[in-house]
Amino acid sequence: MSAQITIKDYIQESQLTLNRTVLALAVIALLFAALVGRLTWLQVTSHAHYRDLAQENRVKIEPLVPTRGLILDRHGRRLAVNLPAFSLELTPELVDDLEATLAALGELVEISDSDLERFRSLAARQPAFERLPLRFRLTDDELARLAIDRHRFPGVDVQARLDRYYPYGAALAHALGYVGRINVAELQTLDPVAYRGSTHVGKLGVEKAYEAQLHGVVGLQEVEVNAQGRELRVLKRTAPAPGQDLRLALDVDVQAAAIAALNGQHGAVVAIDVRDGGVLALVSEPAHDPNLFVHGISRDDYATLTASKARPLFNRALVGRYPPGSTIKPFLGLAGLASGTVSANQRKYCPGFYQLEGREHKYRDWKKQGHGPVDLHDAISQSCDVYFYGLAHELGIERMHDYLAGFGFGRATGIDVGGESPALLPSPAWKRAARNLPWYPGETLITGIGQGFMQATPLQLAVATAQLARGGLAVTPRLVLEPAAPPPPRPPPSVAFDPAHFRLVVGAMTDVVHGARGTARRIGQGAEYRIAGKTGTAQVFGIAQEAKYEEEAVAKHLRDHGLFIGFAPADDPRIAVAVVVENGGSGSRAAAPVARAVMDRYLLGNRW
Amino acid sequence: MTRYEFAEDRQAPTLIARFIQRAHIDLTLLVALLLLAGLGLTVLFSASGQDAGLLQRQGVRLAAGFAMLLLLAQVPPYLLRQWTPWLFIAGLLMLLAVLGLGVTGKGAQRWLSLGPVRFQPSEMMKLAVPLMIAWYLAEHPLPPRPGRIVVAVVLIALPAVMVARQPDLGTALLIAASGFFVLYLAGLSLRLMLVGTLAAIPAALALWQFGMHDYQRQRVLTFLDPERDPLGAGYHIIQSKIALGSGGVYGKGWLNGTQAHLEFLPERSTDFIFAVFGEEFGLIGALLLLTLYLLLITRGLYITTRAQDTFSRLLAGSLTLTFFVYVFVNTGMVSGLLPVVGVPLPLVSYGGTSMVTLMAGFGILMSIHTHRRLLPT
Repeated sequence: MSAQITIKDYIQESQLTLNRTVLALAVIALLFAALVGRLTWLQVTSHAHYRDLAQENRVKIEPLVPTRGLILDRHGRRLAVNLPAFSLELTPELVDDLEATLAALGELVEISDSDLERFRSLAARQPAFERLPLRFRLTDDELARLAIDRHRFPGVDVQARLDRYYPYGAALAHALGYVGRINVAELQTLDPVAYRGSTHVGKLGVEKAYEAQLHGVVGLQEVEVNAQGRELRVLKRTAPAPGQDLRLALDVDVQAAAIAALNGQHGAVVAIDVRDGGVLALVSEPAHDPNLFVHGISRDDYATLTASKARPLFNRALVGRYPPGSTIKPFLGLAGLASGTVSANQRKYCPGFYQLEGREHKYRDWKKQGHGPVDLHDAISQSCDVYFYGLAHELGIERMHDYLAGFGFGRATGIDVGGESPALLPSPAWKRAARNLPWYPGETLITGIGQGFMQATPLQLAVATAQLARGGLAVTPRLVLEPAAPPPPRPPPSVAFDPAHFRLVVGAMTDVVHGARGTARRIGQGAEYRIAGKTGTAQVFGIAQEAKYEEEAVAKHLRDHGLFIGFAPADDPRIAVAVVVENGGSGSRAAAPVARAVMDRYLLGNRW
Repeated sequence: MTRYEFAEDRQAPTLIARFIQRAHIDLTLLVALLLLAGLGLTVLFSASGQDAGLLQRQGVRLAAGFAMLLLLAQVPPYLLRQWTPWLFIAGLLMLLAVLGLGVTGKGAQRWLSLGPVRFQPSEMMKLAVPLMIAWYLAEHPLPPRPGRIVVAVVLIALPAVMVARQPDLGTALLIAASGFFVLYLAGLSLRLMLVGTLAAIPAALALWQFGMHDYQRQRVLTFLDPERDPLGAGYHIIQSKIALGSGGVYGKGWLNGTQAHLEFLPERSTDFIFAVFGEEFGLIGALLLLTLYLLLITRGLYITTRAQDTFSRLLAGSLTLTFFVYVFVNTGMVSGLLPVVGVPLPLVSYGGTSMVTLMAGFGILMSIHTHRRLLPT
């Protein structure tokens, strides 16, 4: 019985597969017919056409690499340019004995191991008919030697290329970024058509963020060549479209003034045009020479840079995270006024320390003998810590977090070049998530003077200062002025404060510089305009409860960071500046003069 | 009781014929394959710029391929069927191993080193997948129920996705095709296939819109329209069309192809060797080559229809159709009908990895045909 069923299935299945096979055969026949038709069309109908093409086939197609857009400062000075340079290139397919040729070339020009290494890795992944660079930046002597012996080397060319060059070198390294040779990973993600023939791509900073605008559109030319591959004439040419020039908000003079004022100290300076968020100066010291990276930095040079304790590759302005110290006080003062925690005329007595109720621990003021009775104005201009311990205690960490977040702390500023750190604006929720620990009241106090967990980047400080100068109106910093970037998808929220509160805080900040007891009164001397500022000193090194901080006694790398934020002119703000001087000691002595130099240069030009 | 006679038991008239019968050789397949290999070596000699060393290496590979063919022809289908699940599982494990610790060659992980031997598990999967699907579907009556179709699709997709992640998209597609062909031969509803194709269109559009980076879209566009990239894929196509077209009806003669010898045609020894063939031997030569391929394919399909059990039928059909895909995708690409995909021309292109697999496939076809029981006497 069951045997019968199996047999029935068998016949049915056999028939089914047979039908399918016949159908497949029909499709195959059809496709083969199409193929034969195509071959007939190519080899019979169009034979004469293709025969002519083959006879004249001395045509090679070459990419024409577009010229990369220039980068200019706000006054049109050239910050990144293209210089002609000669490179030695090989087409592996046209070279009979590659090893012998490489060896013979090595006797004419200097070819380093890393040149060879790069060439071989390129040769391994590019088709053999593609021309590959072996050496860049040939000297005049080398060019002459090659010209004489050129007949010995079929498949070897000297090619004129344009090289990226940064005339200002290290001074603009962290602002501009740099281009470098396209690496294997980038090869995977770049559009192969658009980058045909391109050897370099933006790796960092402006060069990377504006790659699409700077690169331009590749062109191509059909070149007639003889049987040895020597080019005879250009038959057809589609010109490449050069990349767009970029005009930065940056002012080279302001940048130079900031670097000069830092005078070799490590640190960062960010200056922002208060009116439009344009970045006037972006300094991170020490810096490296970006020209080293254009042709692939040598292993030794790179090792030197990475091993250096000074960390020249580290962009302190964008990713350096520093405790803001007392520079946080104007923002907290506004928070205190807005929340009603403090009022303008309310005075508190500062005995030189602060104690939480029922606790032994003394939170000390930087001024051991205390400031005596102070109101908010005095507390800001004299930087009284005890006043702000109290303010922080009454405000509470949650509200502090929310008000400071309104000034962009703890969040990326949205600068057009990217690559910035959001730093850290602490909250109990953050501490629970990151450390799995509860928030302690003492931590609220030290957050009130910008210490503890709180961290900000110099860029964030400058942006928050600009927002303060604009009466709370948020601002997004940008390095490039033209072509104008699209506005950020989510503009940062502005904070709504009572204008009277702003006047009070700005008045106090003006007295920081111009008041008789202001912490930065030294830089106010001889100023032709009024500056609103705030000094800050960030502890790097914890001091024991009763010990005294002796600057001379502490190793240089453990000394306090000096900070200063400020804007000027105080009554009609144009420039906002944030300065961090690493291990520079107090903000008033190390950082404030740098800000003054930057403001002078921007507001007064060359007159100082 | 009915007596059955095996093909090999029937007395052949001559000594040679008897040997062929005993060795489980299908003469039609063998002769066509040998002719193809001969033509392949001939054109390779020209395409490689008369490189004797290269020719010798290809000769060794061909010998290995024919040895593999003869070896597999001796394995009766029922044995193959018993091994199938183990082969499939072993293949999957090896693919996992490749993803984990494979030797990276040319930027992709495909190779597995076993002592001195390096081989590609993805090649083995080209056979293991049709074997497995045929084994699975032959267990139950055809056409398969929906549930079994789903399982079969999973069994195909698993190795195909793993190979695609190596990444080797070409091989992954061939593996998927070989499994799909089994489903097709097993009677997968044509309506279902149509619905599946139609459903793939919005899925592809959604992927294009939301799932792809800009540069990936550029690559797809270049793939579909090589002329967009006149310096890369477009250059290949332009030069190979000139090679074929300038060959005309009679060709320029052996060793006389200017496109190949003046080095305008890229990849002339490997994927684009058909262009050299068409340039030097003309339309007549190309048609001869295609006829040989067509002969192999029709013979394979004939063997499919004469096979005596479902497993053998599904397997033979799938192997033959996959072979056709090789031939058509390569010649279609070279003549500019299809986009540029890295698929070699079987037995003619220089290179050995896929040749051994293809020859093994023909060995299985011979085994299926020569281990048949004949009609009752």
